[in-house]
Amino acid sequence: MKRTTSRKLSPSAWIGMGMLGTFVFLGLFGPLLAPYDVSSHAIDLAHKFERPSAAHWLGTDSNGRDALSQLLYGARSALTLSGIVVAITSVIGLGLGTIAGWYRGWVDEILMRFVDILLAFPGILMNIAIVATVANPGVGVVILALSANGWVGYARVARGQVLALRERDYVTAAVALGASGRRVMFKHLIPNLMGPALVQMSFGLGGIILIEAALSFLGLGPQVDYTWGAMLDQARTFLWKGEWVRIYALVPGLAIMWVVLGANLLGDGLRDRLDPRQRGKG
Amino acid sequence: MSLGSFLLRRLGSGALTILGVSVLVFAFLHIVPGDPIDHLAGDNVSEAQRKQLEECLGLDRSLPMQFVRFLGNVVDGTLGHQCKSGAGDKRTVASRIVEVFPHTLWLAIAGMLIAILLALPLGVLAAVKRGTWIDTLATTASLSMVAMPQMMFAPLLLFWLFVTLGWFPGPGEVGPAALVLPALAVGTHLMAMLARMTRSSMVEVLGEDYVRTARAKGLPEGRVLFVHALRNALLPVITVIGLQFGSMLSGAIVIEKVFARPGLGNTLLDAISERNYPLVQGTVLVIAAIYVFVNILVDLAYGFADPRIRRA
Repeated sequence: MKRTTSRKLSPSAWIGMGMLGTFVFLGLFGPLLAPYDVSSHAIDLAHKFERPSAAHWLGTDSNGRDALSQLLYGARSALTLSGIVVAITSVIGLGLGTIAGWYRGWVDEILMRFVDILLAFPGILMNIAIVATVANPGVGVVILALSANGWVGYARVARGQVLALRERDYVTAAVALGASGRRVMFKHLIPNLMGPALVQMSFGLGGIILIEAALSFLGLGPQVDYTWGAMLDQARTFLWKGEWVRIYALVPGLAIMWVVLGANLLGDGLRDRLDPRQRGKG
Repeated sequence: MSLGSFLLRRLGSGALTILGVSVLVFAFLHIVPGDPIDHLAGDNVSEAQRKQLEECLGLDRSLPMQFVRFLGNVVDGTLGHQCKSGAGDKRTVASRIVEVFPHTLWLAIAGMLIAILLALPLGVLAAVKRGTWIDTLATTASLSMVAMPQMMFAPLLLFWLFVTLGWFPGPGEVGPAALVLPALAVGTHLMAMLARMTRSSMVEVLGEDYVRTARAKGLPEGRVLFVHALRNALLPVITVIGLQFGSMLSGAIVIEKVFARPGLGNTLLDAISERNYPLVQGTVLVIAAIYVFVNILVDLAYGFADPRIRRA
């Protein structure tokens, strides 16, 4: 009975998928659903710090702009940025990891030493150091900074998998039949990496959302209209204004939590399904 | 392998890592395509200020010369001179870092203590009561805390315990009482991770034969749990503590901003707004070096506690 259940996704993984699904939906269509404009044209100081009302469900900020609309626009920028970074980092990481695991030797040695050095930068430190080289970082610089060390997790997963896969009979058989290294990698190794890669993508997405929000909060994020991190930074400065303002501080934070929690639940669930021995770990 | 050669090998690889980190920190200025001075100076600076920045960073020299100069500043321990436009700040990068370092160190240590003190009992409780509502509650709570951004948690903590209740000092103050809120904020995330780790490690250990033997001998349950089980369950937890110490240092950047505390994080943010890139490089290098050093200590502690590691 155990075996049949392990092939199915756990309920918590489905919940995680649902949570991420809402995020993707709001990221795609949020700006269309937003009731108000959030650009600098929408600044209306006569209506600043308004309480939540029928007109403004989540109230307004210090510039009189609608908080709900900011949240929806923020979903768009979070989805765009995290989607691009996950795509870039997974392709680079899976590619390098596969090459290192397949060829081993000095290629592997160099890559792993480089990975060790990248991992010596804890948390968002390296991202900050890169963004700080540019006075007015645009989206491109932030993507570059997040990608600079984001691929490491994928490379480690791919390398570990390839080291195990290369001993399998079907890989040995392909090599014996004269298949080239490139053919083995694309036909036999990479398709078998997709499961673990999906797990890593799920966790990676949550991580990127958190890092991007932290960068924006520190004033180092992409200079776009709205990000959840920048909203949190704004909220921090007017926490003193009164009771209800807490809502403004809470909502973007909860949105970030929603995505990160969804990503972690889905990641856990996918990992359990792929490797039941890991169940309940971490 | 003896403990001595284990230590030597670990220190050697640590030194190599730091060298690699230095190379990267140097390279960051050149990673964004285009002229680094254009990027760093931004649009609204005068030609004189640009010139000054270029000279200060040594960007007028060839790339190999720049690197030699950078490494020289790392080796002699000054970490170079600051690039501050306007009034010249004669202090070296290192002396500015040394000034604020104790604040961040205390914050990290206090946060770590809070995390460990809360996480271990929580994790053990969840493992012992596995499958009950207590376990579900503890697991859900720690999962939510892992997902909760510090940028939200820290201001709310400040709002609740300082603005509303007035129990603790607010932003900008220093002293032991003023350490409580930032330490709570910095430690909670780690606490959640450690509690999850402790739980899964305990669950595994509680199924081992020696735990059954200890129970069969009629030892009191408390002794079985804390002496026989927890001691062995702690090994993977120690690793996570070491790995997370660095994240606490970089998490301190957000916390120090919220609580307006002096420290490495706020110095880094000041350096960025001053366009003082040598100070950015120095701070980043120091945090990374501490992180590498702490992980060597953790490896040693681990090797000490579990002789199998040394032989591997």
